[in-house]
Amino acid sequence: MIRLRQLVAASSKDLQILLAVVAILALVPLGVSRFTLSVATAALIFALAGIGWNVLSGFAGQFSFGHAAYFGLGAYTVAVTFTRYSISPWVGLVLGGLVAAIFGLLAGWISFRFGLKGAYFALATFAFAELLRLTFNNFDYVGASIGITIPLAGGDSWSSLQFEDTPEIRYFVALALVALGILAVIAVKRSRIGSRMLAVREDEEAAASLGINPLRAKLFAISISGFITAVAGGYYAMFLMFVDSDLVFGPFISVAILLRPIVGGVGTIWGPVVGAAVLSILGEVTRSLVRDPPSILQAIEGVNGLDQVIFGVILVVVIIRAPDGVLGWFRRFRKRDGV
Amino acid sequence: MSTILEVKGATKRFGGLTALRDISLDVVEGEILGVIGPNGAGKTTLFNLISGAIPPDEGQVVFDGERIDQLAPYVIADRGLVRTFQIVKPFGGLTVFENVLVAAFLRRSDPIEASAHASSILEYVGLAAFADRQSKGLTLAGRKRLELARTLATDPKVLLLDEVLAGLTPTEGAEMVTLVKAIRDGGVTVVVIEHVMAAIMALSDRIAVIHHGELLAVGLPTDIAKDPKVVEAYLGKEFHIAPD
Repeated sequence: MIRLRQLVAASSKDLQILLAVVAILALVPLGVSRFTLSVATAALIFALAGIGWNVLSGFAGQFSFGHAAYFGLGAYTVAVTFTRYSISPWVGLVLGGLVAAIFGLLAGWISFRFGLKGAYFALATFAFAELLRLTFNNFDYVGASIGITIPLAGGDSWSSLQFEDTPEIRYFVALALVALGILAVIAVKRSRIGSRMLAVREDEEAAASLGINPLRAKLFAISISGFITAVAGGYYAMFLMFVDSDLVFGPFISVAILLRPIVGGVGTIWGPVVGAAVLSILGEVTRSLVRDPPSILQAIEGVNGLDQVIFGVILVVVIIRAPDGVLGWFRRFRKRDGV
Repeated sequence: MSTILEVKGATKRFGGLTALRDISLDVVEGEILGVIGPNGAGKTTLFNLISGAIPPDEGQVVFDGERIDQLAPYVIADRGLVRTFQIVKPFGGLTVFENVLVAAFLRRSDPIEASAHASSILEYVGLAAFADRQSKGLTLAGRKRLELARTLATDPKVLLLDEVLAGLTPTEGAEMVTLVKAIRDGGVTVVVIEHVMAAIMALSDRIAVIHHGELLAVGLPTDIAKDPKVVEAYLGKEFHIAPD
């Protein structure tokens, strides 16, 4: 107990930020439309997926271009266990995390064992995700190309994790999962294994010279990372009430997952959440700009896909201006002003 | 006085080049053994071989009574034989404190104990004031000190120091010599590779000379300095100007 209290004290700054952020985000459901709330819920789900990605790619430095693999495993585990065996999605979330962690250990062992690094490792992760996408697309047990539609269960929405009439609760559950994800990351970062991940990211040879087994540190990272991303995927399945292999294993999911921490700040605790917020707001602003432009820009009204183009351009500018993410940009900004 | 580290007939070839030929060397517990030799003599290869970075083609390395020459570097480090690198390898993206913390975790799983240990090591090597700096921002002397601090934080039995004096100013070098002696007095056996002759003479209890991958001589610094083979290796053959 004393140890725990000391640990909490040592991480108190991170925990205070967590409390403050949760308090602010808990106010979002007040006074926004049902549509905006579901955008915010999806943003939180992808923030959580990004939190998972960040453990492997940000902390342990092994860039993944295929986190859809874990996201999809989580989504399918929840959908299959719920529809086929009536297992509570809460249990499904944990099972999905475990399935993804085990898959991560396997994929990681195969990749790291043979010394895959950098772009080659990224390609391997992409291949693993595609492998799963194609397999699930042809696997009748999981609905093959038709996918799985999750039926409304009725009854108690807490036990079935279905909040079709109470979208604000659906949002709060997503927020709670993000908070748990952040707590896990804070704990990992302070722990021995977290410290070892950082060392391996910085210099494997130097890390090994200090008694660290790089393979082991990377396998830890990939399993924790896969677990967290899979929980996000599992909740995404309950959010959409539907999964199919393109939707949860597709390459755009991998990109969506890694984009958030990259925009927010790779290897930082809050990067994925900040990135998710920035991207969601940006996406909504560009969409509404095209839908209902100010009179001077009347010509762009309703042009198909233009919002995506504007979104892309802004994203490119953000990444050029802030290569270490929004958080890194703030930090440099503060340093320059001598704060 | 017992032998803690023993290299037995170690040979290492890189293709047609024999980098080390039949080297046998004992390191006695509690001593500072200096390893000297001209550029390319095989000093760093010897360290790579002892620390497990490259396995020997022939021969054995015995540490603390057990063969270690087929073990992975991290296993060897875990047993208490830890090296530094000639080209320092700080974890550049981490702070000085975090660099040492990683090493402190080797013998402690508790973050609080490890942090306390890392702090005391930083204090000991004189880097406490830089604890929160990014390690890549340190001067060369600072980075060498950090490299040493990291190895110390693993509670080593034997330290292999690869040119910790190279590139330092005389003042910085003298401080480093004092530090290394203090570490030895704290019970750690030290093997140092060094180029700077004056420094290694002052620092070492015994000196081993390597030349062209072969062990030329081992002995007390005063004897080594007078050894004609060593003088030849360093200065060339004795050379007589024609009598006047």
